Amino acid sequence: MWARAVWLTSRGVLGGCQAFATKANPQESGRITAAVIEHLERLALVDFGSREAVARLEKAIAFADRLRAVDTDGVEPMESVLEDRCLYLRSDNVAEGNCAEELLQNSHCVVEEYFVAPPGPCAFKAGSGTTEVNPWPYNSLSYYFQTGNISLPKLDEKEPFLHS
Amino acid sequence: MLGRTLREVSVALKQGQITPTELCRKCLSLIQKTKFLNAYITVSEELALKQAEEAEERYKKGQSLGDLDGIPVAVKDNFSTSGIETTCASNMLKGYIPPFNATVVQKLLDQGALLMGKTNLDEFAMGSGSTDGVFGPVKNPWSYSKQYREKRRQKAQGESEAADCLIAGGSSGGSAAAVSAFTCFAALGSDTGGSTRNPAAHCGLVGFKPSYGLVSRHGLIPLVNSMDVPGILTRCVDDTAIVLGVLAGHDPKDSTTVQDPVKPFMLPSLTDVNKLCIGIPKEYLVPELSSEVRSLWSKAAGLFESAGAKVIEVSLPHTSYSIVCYHVLCTSEVASNMARFDGLEYGHRCDINVSTEAMYAATRREGFNDVVRGRILSGNFFLLKENYENYFVKAQKVRRLIANDFVNIFNSGVDILLTPTTLSEAVPYLEFIKEDNRTRSAQGDIFTQAVNMAGLPAVSMPAALSHQGLPIGLQFIGRAFCDQKLLTVAKWFEKQVQFPVIQLPELMDGCSSVFENEKLASVSLKH
Repeated sequence: MWARAVWLTSRGVLGGCQAFATKANPQESGRITAAVIEHLERLALVDFGSREAVARLEKAIAFADRLRAVDTDGVEPMESVLEDRCLYLRSDNVAEGNCAEELLQNSHCVVEEYFVAPPGPCAFKAGSGTTEVNPWPYNSLSYYFQTGNISLPKLDEKEPFLHS
Repeated sequence: MLGRTLREVSVALKQGQITPTELCRKCLSLIQKTKFLNAYITVSEELALKQAEEAEERYKKGQSLGDLDGIPVAVKDNFSTSGIETTCASNMLKGYIPPFNATVVQKLLDQGALLMGKTNLDEFAMGSGSTDGVFGPVKNPWSYSKQYREKRRQKAQGESEAADCLIAGGSSGGSAAAVSAFTCFAALGSDTGGSTRNPAAHCGLVGFKPSYGLVSRHGLIPLVNSMDVPGILTRCVDDTAIVLGVLAGHDPKDSTTVQDPVKPFMLPSLTDVNKLCIGIPKEYLVPELSSEVRSLWSKAAGLFESAGAKVIEVSLPHTSYSIVCYHVLCTSEVASNMARFDGLEYGHRCDINVSTEAMYAATRREGFNDVVRGRILSGNFFLLKENYENYFVKAQKVRRLIANDFVNIFNSGVDILLTPTTLSEAVPYLEFIKEDNRTRSAQGDIFTQAVNMAGLPAVSMPAALSHQGLPIGLQFIGRAFCDQKLLTVAKWFEKQVQFPVIQLPELMDGCSSVFENEKLASVSLKH
């Protein structure tokens, strides 16, 4: 859900790779379409930033494709080498804690006992593709929250990214 | 004194030949002198001296805590250390001061070890050269060794100093350089795909990767949770056993540590290897393997054979897919693990405050290098709904086949596998960076990562010097949780090969005592 907004903002704020990410990509191979690039950037919260990075992903995929040659019929996936052992579970008692002060010290922005994040998920209107950069506008907070509240998609909404 | 092994210096401390403070100061001064190696990111001088004083008090009262009391050690900068900056060689964690100690760090401190500092690495331990960290590359101390310099002089004239500078291997290159240059007696590395064994091979050290589940990962900043283990770097096998004895065992804070009771790891001196069966996996003979490493490998096999061990060729049929499988699993877990770095609770935070997500994205752009971002993006690709089955689950299935290959071999009566650790000796830095990180990692981890996927213990042992005068390491792989047996065999091998001590005369001006126990280059593998 927030991925949408971040993609939009990262386009503008970071000036990443808008040109080749949003237009038809001449380098586009079968799999790495512009849509995939956008999708990955939103999920990963990092941008490709350059053509080289896309080429690197293509190489990484080509490398991974070698696995197709292995016959894995009837093989169970292995998640952990300790799968045959019981995992240790400690008893459900509080053993430590009261360290809020210490933990908060490593944050750049706290108020009282809270980590402070900038305004919520949809500061930019979905689909507007805006590249406008605003400083954190305390005086227009209401706008941000309002927009955020109204346009929050539901968690299970799997609709593709709206790109007008 | 600095050239001694941990065990030897421990005896010297107990006998009062040297005090912990004297030892600590010697190491600190050597750390200063070898600063250009870039082995340390942070030197914790004050803390080390304070710990040394406390150790000294204990020795005076005859209440020493054990073999590690007063011994200088170093810790890779991806282990959390209370009150000491822990960066993972990344902008993302510059300035981050953990409020707690990793369990392995705490265990070392509880035994009285002196923490000299935090060592350099590839950013978030992603690499096999220690060249891709934000603090710059680690230089291999062997670049400055008499052994290498003399060979270089004969060969090439007029080449710049920079062209000579060798990579330390990685990602625990700082830890390896720190031990190799005598600035400490043991160091912690981490090993996800070979990150402890690879630099150990390049720096002429013992590099040990314990069985998965034997040593706690609590406080080790995770790369691949299902494969990460803390590693140990020392100058001899007995020293590794001492450190392992302290570190091993169940940790309530790491549910993946096994609960079996752990005894101290005392290594008997094997007198005969008659009953031993050594397996030589034929798939490890790849075309890229340097002829020198190959011949050393077969000489090592011959060494066991002539001593009466049974040496047989074995097959691990899925070996060639192992590095590919590792690549998919590693990037996938990285994609998930790196999600924690968002700028809110700790670590770097950008100045952009347009929205939470813009802040996340810009923070991560500024905080991670290309390698980390590339792995996050690849991992996310493999985890996409439409790719999950074909890449991630497929790799998990191949992982089982690879793990089963090892089980089958060990069930067939093989005790230990003997393989190369790396394709070749350390290469010059300028040569190394011609290839990208993924290619280099695929080459660097080729012989080491399968062990991580199977959770087995493995150790890289320095075997001999190459024609260029550089260390070559061979890898021994054992059955899961047979770490002690593995190290016992490694110790026998160590005794046979008498690997030469690194000679650093220019660096060690005024530290001549470093070489008081110098062994002559009697390399029995090189007739």
